Amino acid sequence: MLRLIAILAGLILLPVNTAVAEMSAPRELKDLYFGEALYCAFQEEWFDAIARLDTELAQHHRLDEREMDTLYYHINHAEFAVGDFELAYRMHQRAGRAITAVIEGNVEEPVRNEAIYRLARIYFQKDQPANAQFAVERIDGVIPEKIRENLDFLRAQIYMANGNFDKAVEILRRLQSTEKYKGFASYNLGIALVKSGKTQKGRYYIDLAGQVKSDQPLTLAIRDKANLVLGAKLLEEKKYEDAKTTLDRVRIEGPFSNRALLGSGWADAYQGKYERALVPWSALVHREVTDASVQEAMLSVPYAYGKLNIYSKAALMYDSALVKFRAEIDKLDASIQSIHKGHFLKALVREELKQDANWVVKLRSLPHTPETYYLLELMASHDFQESLKNYLDLEQLRRRLETWKSDLVAFEDLIAHRRAYYDPLLPVIDKEFRRLDSQMRLRLEQRDRIEKRLKKMLVVPRPDYLATSDERVLGEQIARLEEMLEKSGVSSNKASNASIRRLRGILTWNIYTQYDRRLTEAYKHLGELNDEIELLKKQYTAFVRSRQAATQSYEGYEEGISRLWSRISGAHEKVEALMERQGYMLETMAVNELTRRRERLSECEVKARFAVADSYDRATRELSQEKVNQ
Amino acid sequence: MSNSLRLFISVMFVAVMWPSAYAQDVSREQIKGLDEQVQEIKADALAIAAELNQLEEKLLYPSDTQIAVFVAWDSDETYRLDTIEVELNGEPTARHIYTFKELEALKKGGVQRLYTGNITIGDHAMHVFASGKSSAGFDVKNSKQFKVHKSVGPKIVEILLAPRSIEIKEL
Repeated sequence: MLRLIAILAGLILLPVNTAVAEMSAPRELKDLYFGEALYCAFQEEWFDAIARLDTELAQHHRLDEREMDTLYYHINHAEFAVGDFELAYRMHQRAGRAITAVIEGNVEEPVRNEAIYRLARIYFQKDQPANAQFAVERIDGVIPEKIRENLDFLRAQIYMANGNFDKAVEILRRLQSTEKYKGFASYNLGIALVKSGKTQKGRYYIDLAGQVKSDQPLTLAIRDKANLVLGAKLLEEKKYEDAKTTLDRVRIEGPFSNRALLGSGWADAYQGKYERALVPWSALVHREVTDASVQEAMLSVPYAYGKLNIYSKAALMYDSALVKFRAEIDKLDASIQSIHKGHFLKALVREELKQDANWVVKLRSLPHTPETYYLLELMASHDFQESLKNYLDLEQLRRRLETWKSDLVAFEDLIAHRRAYYDPLLPVIDKEFRRLDSQMRLRLEQRDRIEKRLKKMLVVPRPDYLATSDERVLGEQIARLEEMLEKSGVSSNKASNASIRRLRGILTWNIYTQYDRRLTEAYKHLGELNDEIELLKKQYTAFVRSRQAATQSYEGYEEGISRLWSRISGAHEKVEALMERQGYMLETMAVNELTRRRERLSECEVKARFAVADSYDRATRELSQEKVNQ
Repeated sequence: MSNSLRLFISVMFVAVMWPSAYAQDVSREQIKGLDEQVQEIKADALAIAAELNQLEEKLLYPSDTQIAVFVAWDSDETYRLDTIEVELNGEPTARHIYTFKELEALKKGGVQRLYTGNITIGDHAMHVFASGKSSAGFDVKNSKQFKVHKSVGPKIVEILLAPRSIEIKEL
């Protein structure tokens, strides 16, 4: 029974699961951010997957040279993936737009055809078979191998939804031999044939689907469903033996087994074989009491005993059924009350339940929560599933929005702290920086001048430029001595003049003969200076960058944050309003289902009450008759 | 009584075999209308998330100091990765214990963003530790040291994990 919801949901959601299953990472991943989106998607974290991939795609499309971007290698895959993620997150409108963008883009035929297939699938899922038909008709040319069978099955489903059963039959015949659609194709083929008026042929294929061999849970479920459908039809037509054979093919522990056991019993009972009817019914009556088939078996078993004239046993069993019906009615009343008090919705969003695959069943063990066994079938229905998923998504959004609000508060705090720290500090730093900056500029100008001079000296040698400071001092001293000699009138002193000339000569000799070496050294020193300047420039740039970063760390955020506050608050309000409506819808569905089951149980209770009295009467009469006979 | 009971049970049987539509009092239009509004709010939330991510990145991880560490699975071998730890310059920086779902996502080719933070421009020592269990059930521990260079602009480091090796790719 626990598997019922999973398998039924599986049958209903087969197309979406197929989309998720088709998702794969590129063989060689070049873009890590795309990989990150896939990492989220593989864990079914659809919101994060879409948010990351959206950002990456938007950045890619803003680039002038897209071929330089790593996403360029995966762009078609990424465009498809975002559509798939949106589809999985039940954003069909956006998924449709994303896929349409691929179709209208400049893409190769197989890519375009795959995109159209996905678009058609969205239309079909959203109950728009005419649009789906229009979409698949646009598929032309090469179809990727991996989607061929899926496309064929989708085509057949679309044809059936549009009432074009002949075309559906044509396709489904071909699909019968495929491993993936084994059972599904035959079952749908049978249904299509029946609907097109070829009842006998249709039954043949439903019967075929009911005998398909497989170990796949979904195929086994469709096999059971085929047998149940056919068995019920045969019962309706009073072909009881055939009905029994067909219904007995349903697995004893499968999701449709309770209904099959009930039907199998009726196939016997309608033929007056009450003893034989008791076999499936007695097996059924010990199963989960909340199941409608089991509840009906609780009336059917004593009914059969009554027919077999075992009135005392029938009376006792009706009695027992009455007690159980009352208990279940009380349970249903409590469940309806619990839903009205809002416990159902509160329980639905409990995190710990979602970690458990059987969370729907676990729900019932929580205090004040409704009896979810009664809601299993409802919960497996498409409308409820979609509404429930929307409600859970809204709850997730509500939590996100609350987190974002606290994030914004944290950001504002951070900005305020940074402002308080930098505001008094930066003017002092800026002043010191300006001083150092002017010094640096001066030194850089000096370096430039030296470089220019050295370059000129390569063309026009100027040894005097490379005189050492000592030599300059000596030169000046010699010039002073010459001046003094001239002023003292001893300039004619040949010995002094000769000494001074010799001194100047030596000085000039040194300067000129060492010029080449000095020029080489000067270049070497310039190179060393350049290294230092390079380091200085790096430090300068690093400082400028850090200085800019300091300002950017707290300036210019007000507008963005204020806009985000308003958007988040608006979205929060909307989410809460939608949650209320969606929650009310879920509660209504659940209460309606429980009320329907309660009404049915009340009717059973009334009938059982009459039947118990009747059985006691008959048992008493029988006893009296026996005494009379004795 | 017996006949009326039989009739009643038969009617009930039909009801059991073919359960009625569940959302009887909730119309398809209502469901569809609400669904469209839910889709709209999801789109709004995604747009907010994008703007908030940009703000967060600008505010917390400016490009000049940003470093992002990603983890990818680089092997076909059967191995159950349990934890990964990363130290930057001797300081514990990131640690992650993998769930089954996360591990499957890595093995399917997804890439996990393990850490986003800030470091200065220049060379940094990165030490990666990984532990898990081999297919035979033995504990497997691996660690390796790397030097990563951060220059101007965001730094991306991809850690490529395999049962017996750890490599990095700098981007």
